[in-house]
Amino acid sequence: MLELLAVSKTFNPGTPNELRALQAVNLTVDGGSFVVIIGTNGSGKSTLLNAVTGSFFIDSGSISLAAAEITNWPEHRRAKLIGRVFQNPFSGTAANMSIAENLALAAYRGKPRRLGWPLRKPLLGEMRERVSHLNMGLDDRLKNPIGSLSGGQRQALTLLMATWLRPELLLLDEHTAALDPKSADQVIALTDTIVRRHKLTTLMVTHSMHQAANLGDRLIMMHRGHVIQDFRGAEKKRIRVDDLLARFEEVRRAELLDESAAELLRRVYI
Amino acid sequence: MNLLLGALTLGFIFSLLALGVFISFRIFAFPDITADGSSTLGAALAAMLLVHRVNPVLATLAGFGGGFLAGTLTGILATKFKINGLLAGILVMTGLYSVNLHIMGRSNISVLGSSTLSTYVDRLGTALTRRNTLNVMGWEISSLEASLLVASFLFIVLAGCLMYVFFQTNLGTAMRATGDNHEMVRALGVNDENMIILGLGLSNGLIALAGAFIAQYQGFADVQMGIGMVVWGLASVIIGEALVGTKQIGLSITGAVMGSVLFRLLVAIALRLGLNPNDLKLVTALFVFAAPGLLNRFKTLKPRSSHA
Repeated sequence: MLELLAVSKTFNPGTPNELRALQAVNLTVDGGSFVVIIGTNGSGKSTLLNAVTGSFFIDSGSISLAAAEITNWPEHRRAKLIGRVFQNPFSGTAANMSIAENLALAAYRGKPRRLGWPLRKPLLGEMRERVSHLNMGLDDRLKNPIGSLSGGQRQALTLLMATWLRPELLLLDEHTAALDPKSADQVIALTDTIVRRHKLTTLMVTHSMHQAANLGDRLIMMHRGHVIQDFRGAEKKRIRVDDLLARFEEVRRAELLDESAAELLRRVYI
Repeated sequence: MNLLLGALTLGFIFSLLALGVFISFRIFAFPDITADGSSTLGAALAAMLLVHRVNPVLATLAGFGGGFLAGTLTGILATKFKINGLLAGILVMTGLYSVNLHIMGRSNISVLGSSTLSTYVDRLGTALTRRNTLNVMGWEISSLEASLLVASFLFIVLAGCLMYVFFQTNLGTAMRATGDNHEMVRALGVNDENMIILGLGLSNGLIALAGAFIAQYQGFADVQMGIGMVVWGLASVIIGEALVGTKQIGLSITGAVMGSVLFRLLVAIALRLGLNPNDLKLVTALFVFAAPGLLNRFKTLKPRSSHA
């Protein structure tokens, strides 16, 4: 279970570039729940994920995961509990190292790195088996450098690496946004399979309304550092792409109104 | 002939320097110039201890240890204090200059009167061959030079193999991945800062070990001896990459050793042909500047020619 209590984060405080990325966000995610997060640009959805991974420390509030208070844990320590897939296919794998070496690194996620031998026979066998389930023709290419693979193959492998050891929380940050449509579909199908099979607690940020409507059992909409909508259960199941687009339009209009109203006030009073 | 042997021996000893530079510049992509100070530190520590009649093996190990500490210091400055990597190296290197002077008490000390690894090797060589000169294909060579060459070769083979094995272990794999993609490494639970600190320690330990060997080979340590070490090491690494490519760590290690030996041979030949020793560092610097560009030329030319 993941629990965020009044989490706030402001970037560049006190400067003209000040950005209140998260404003007292409360969020509780039950174990085994697959939450999809959508939002406008700069709404704070990626910031929310990064706050959980520990890319930065939050200004106030607290984060706990699997009964551990992780607010002050450094990023590498949180990795023991969290599996991640990045938006950029280059971010999740080491390009100059082989598929096997990358997977071996993932097989030791959160464990101390000592002088043991990573590429042992049993592990190599397990790699071949698990990679074959990806159906990407990588089974016989474990010795090849990852850099020679396509973006889709790299994201599929990153997903496999993130879930090699069962994570308490899986974080997917627009992990198909940089892929061509066909690869994106493949990776999404794979994501759904893996998350369901292992009943993983998952947070997925996406720009795709289609993915948002069809995946997961809970949908969160963010705007300007707030959670503005939270659909669950039956409500989530009923949601269609059109509903989401309509809701976005609503937000946009409210925004326009706010700004023109502010402008009007400024003109009248200043 | 003795000149050739000397160049080969120096090449093998300096390949420790090349391996150290390979770790920092290539594996971690960290422009670490601590080497100029840490190589002297290794020499100074070893020489000072030898003068005080410490066992040569211990003295040499102390040199390695000193370099290791200097490297970790650069790593700590760069990671924990977020200082630019280049500056961190400059700071430690500059500080080490004073440290080295303090260790030696003056700007250079001789170890000719003490028993060193060289005298050990000499004694062993004479005991094995039972003579002072050897006849190799019609050349008279001193058994000292021959023994030193064989010993340095064996040591480098051992060191290279150890390094290869190390970079295949869990720890070594995590280190290589840190240089490749630190974002991913953190996401997999590795403390990338500690990897860099340890890696730079290892790198400078090897470089200081080279310094300690050099001091015993040439018979003295000098506070200026480290100037230009980084560039020499880089030159060796670059030559090695031209010879064997960059695809595999094992090849790269072999390449760095080969590059170092070839570089020393080229230097010996150039000096023999009348290159002013004062120009050596300038020529090396120009080589390191020009070589990557030239090598890229060759690489981009190859596929094009296949289309024609």
